[in-house]
Amino acid sequence: MPALGLVGWARWIWRQLTSMKTALWLLVLLAIAAVPGSLVPQRTADPNGVLQYFKNNPDGARVLDSLQAFDVYTSVWFSAIYLLLFISLVGCVIPRTRHHWIALRAAPPLTPRRLSRMPVHEAHEVDVQDSGPVRAELVEEGMRLLRRSRYRVVTYPEPGDPTGASQSVSAERGYLRETGNLLFHVALVGILATIAIGGGYGYIGQRVVVEGQTFVNTRAAYDSFTPGRFFDNSMLDPYSLTLEKFSVQYEVQNPKALGMATDYTARVSVRDQGSSQGHTSSIKVNEPLSVGGTEVYLLGNGYAPEITVKDPTGKVVFSDTIPFLPQDANLTSLGVVKVPDGLKSQVGMIGFFYPTQAVAANGAFYSAYPDLVTPLVTFNVYTGDLGLDSGAPKSVYTLDTSSMTQVTGRGTGIDSLQLTPGQTVQLPNGLGSVELTGIKRFASFQVAHDPTQGFVFGFAIVILVGLALALFVPRRRLWVRINTSKTGRLVLEYAGLARGDDPGLAAAVTDLAQRHRSRFTNRD
Amino acid sequence: MTTSFAALSLVALYSAMAVYAIAFVAFAIDLARRSVPAATVPAEHIPVLVVAGGTSTHEAPGRTDSGPLNETTPTTRAHSRASRVAFALTVLAWLLHLGAAVLRAVAGGRVPWANMFEFSLTGSLLIVGVYLLVNLWVDLRFLGTFVIGLMLILLGVATVGFYVDVVPLPPALQSAWLVIHVFVALLATAFFALSFAASSLQLVQVRRESKPTPAVGRFARMLTTIPDAQSLDVIAYRITIVGFALWTFTLMAGSIWAERAWGRYWGWDVKEVWTFIIWVIYAAYIHAKATRGWQGNRAAWLAIIGFSAVLFNFGIVNVFFTGLHSYSGL
Ligand code: HEM
Repeated sequence: MPALGLVGWARWIWRQLTSMKTALWLLVLLAIAAVPGSLVPQRTADPNGVLQYFKNNPDGARVLDSLQAFDVYTSVWFSAIYLLLFISLVGCVIPRTRHHWIALRAAPPLTPRRLSRMPVHEAHEVDVQDSGPVRAELVEEGMRLLRRSRYRVVTYPEPGDPTGASQSVSAERGYLRETGNLLFHVALVGILATIAIGGGYGYIGQRVVVEGQTFVNTRAAYDSFTPGRFFDNSMLDPYSLTLEKFSVQYEVQNPKALGMATDYTARVSVRDQGSSQGHTSSIKVNEPLSVGGTEVYLLGNGYAPEITVKDPTGKVVFSDTIPFLPQDANLTSLGVVKVPDGLKSQVGMIGFFYPTQAVAANGAFYSAYPDLVTPLVTFNVYTGDLGLDSGAPKSVYTLDTSSMTQVTGRGTGIDSLQLTPGQTVQLPNGLGSVELTGIKRFASFQVAHDPTQGFVFGFAIVILVGLALALFVPRRRLWVRINTSKTGRLVLEYAGLARGDDPGLAAAVTDLAQRHRSRFTNRD
Repeated sequence: MTTSFAALSLVALYSAMAVYAIAFVAFAIDLARRSVPAATVPAEHIPVLVVAGGTSTHEAPGRTDSGPLNETTPTTRAHSRASRVAFALTVLAWLLHLGAAVLRAVAGGRVPWANMFEFSLTGSLLIVGVYLLVNLWVDLRFLGTFVIGLMLILLGVATVGFYVDVVPLPPALQSAWLVIHVFVALLATAFFALSFAASSLQLVQVRRESKPTPAVGRFARMLTTIPDAQSLDVIAYRITIVGFALWTFTLMAGSIWAERAWGRYWGWDVKEVWTFIIWVIYAAYIHAKATRGWQGNRAAWLAIIGFSAVLFNFGIVNVFFTGLHSYSGL
């Protein structure tokens, strides 16, 4: 092996990396590397799926996790592949751009000595004696026709004629093919760079809002919040948004789809920072609301029973609307009520809500329809330590019963509490009472701010246009040469050469030949 | 009303399948006949020199690497009766198939591509539609058995496995992007299906052509009547790049829709992942065509893998994977 030296090696590696072969392998690898992320739940797209995976198969999950299988698209190996690919891409595009820049200014190449060697070639002898003026006219006509078809055209003196009087025509078209190709590849880099850098300035958050509640766009108001790397709180525009009403339309005619929701509409009133006047608007699935530099999307909805808890003297110790999370298509929903203060002991309740309560053969309740027909809430009551003082954040949707005692429901000898709207029932052990004051709906909103979207969209358009040019603009060269036959008559030669795929090459040559000779053929 | 249109749609579809089945047999008979040594008609179209009032000085055309579709087929046969019948039946079946899709649309009062059954119904309609359309430019009759066979399998699976009644669109699908994004995806799939067929045949032809002595037998003889490996290579490429451009659009339109619906244009949802994988595979295919050592067989394999990924994305991901795109209706 020859001693290459450091620079030599670097050059060699660079040449390998920027070769078409390497690019191709990297593309194949990229496709393969993307597969596992569709087989294993991903933390960003499906965090609950990941938790479930860990629960079902802890050992396997740990191994997979060490391979970053739950974060495939940010993993070291996936990133390595696409970064190498993009380095290769840049290294490939720069010299090609230089080449193309030169080609754009260059004249079409010298007419080949033997046009019959070209992939498409025609020769026609016409019944006209060769002469200088006819030749000049034919060259002129060839140039005119080609120019009109938007070819770049030059003439070259024929090598056989020392006087330089006879000339051949050389033409080329389709420079946009390579321009499109370069635009396409550059825009790919553009998208990646925009996402890598610009993505850091965005944020995305979720918030559940019950009818009547107001959400103010501050970080603390979010249920969950994912900031970009360069985010700071001053980027939040503190507008407020009140959910006035959430309405749902159900299919009532089609027997095959009874009760299917066909429309969700969130009526909201929005007040921008600094303005005292709010305005009303609506948010639907597929129709987000633009406000304060963010887009607000409707992602989900459900019921939020209003629960009031009183102590034995009748004093209200808790009153709130609690969003219950839907568990099935008919909106059987699950929710948790935590009453930390005011009663003899802390009370937690796990509740089920049935918008249209029905009883199965085995006695279990279920919901038979998603709208409110015969609504019912049931509660299993726990007493003891809610665990709120430990400081660790607790989800409002789960109850940690590890240091609590169940006092109603299965195995306790006391039935679960059952409440219809307006009804009050007593808690066991003289703790107090619970009332289902009313039932509201809630909407869960996603709020997103992404300053890069416009740029990404722009690059996407460039990609599409560039691709169309690169794939469908034919790049070809055509030549016209005028010869003399042994008997002194004119022989017209036409040839074409494609660079890249060109379905129309043969037709282009034939067409040129026909039109160029038309003055001779039309005569007869 | 809805139900009766949906029922009529099924009647039209079953009729279409019956006619497709006969067309399939006719295409197969045509192929079988090709394997019988027949008096082949001399090539009708070789770009010969046309002389304008003079004598010919023309040489045989050089072999082109870019425009051989019309020139390199060894012998252009007059279309056999079987092939003409097959083609006519295919057109008839396609019209019935189109009727089925239109009736389904009327029944639902919306585009007929909102669940697995409808994706299959309209997707297969587009496959045959594109096949018939491309035939106007390039003679693809030899692919008839392949394409119609694929069609019968798809429609069989769709009617038996995927059938669902017409139901209203859920709010998530009420968007103009359903019309655009899904339609273009199905159209791209149609082109990829043809490219798959051409590339598969290409591999078969390469094997035949690389044998030192010409193989004998009916199958080998039949193969001599269809375009050679190089022509198939060009056919496959031209069809694939159309599919690729459409798929690029599909991916982008999908992102725009995802942004409208879910608040982010890309989230590596399972369906997004597979759309991306397919896009990258076909990008690799196009690169392979321009990379020494990868042209020919390897490129053809990429086209085949690409279409397998399309089928996987359609038949497996839609039905068995959970993600945001849960629109199979099953
Ligand atoms: C992110 C990775 C890449 C993607 C998605 C990609 C995609 C494509 C596509 C779709 C085409 C066909 C359209 C056209 O001709 O413009 C193409 C062509 C081409 N690409 Fe790439 N490319 C990538 C990276 C690269 C790299 C790294 C190189 C150089 C080593 C490269 C060199 C080329 C060349 C030379 C062509 C023209 C091929 C031809 O003449 O048919 N590409 N690429």
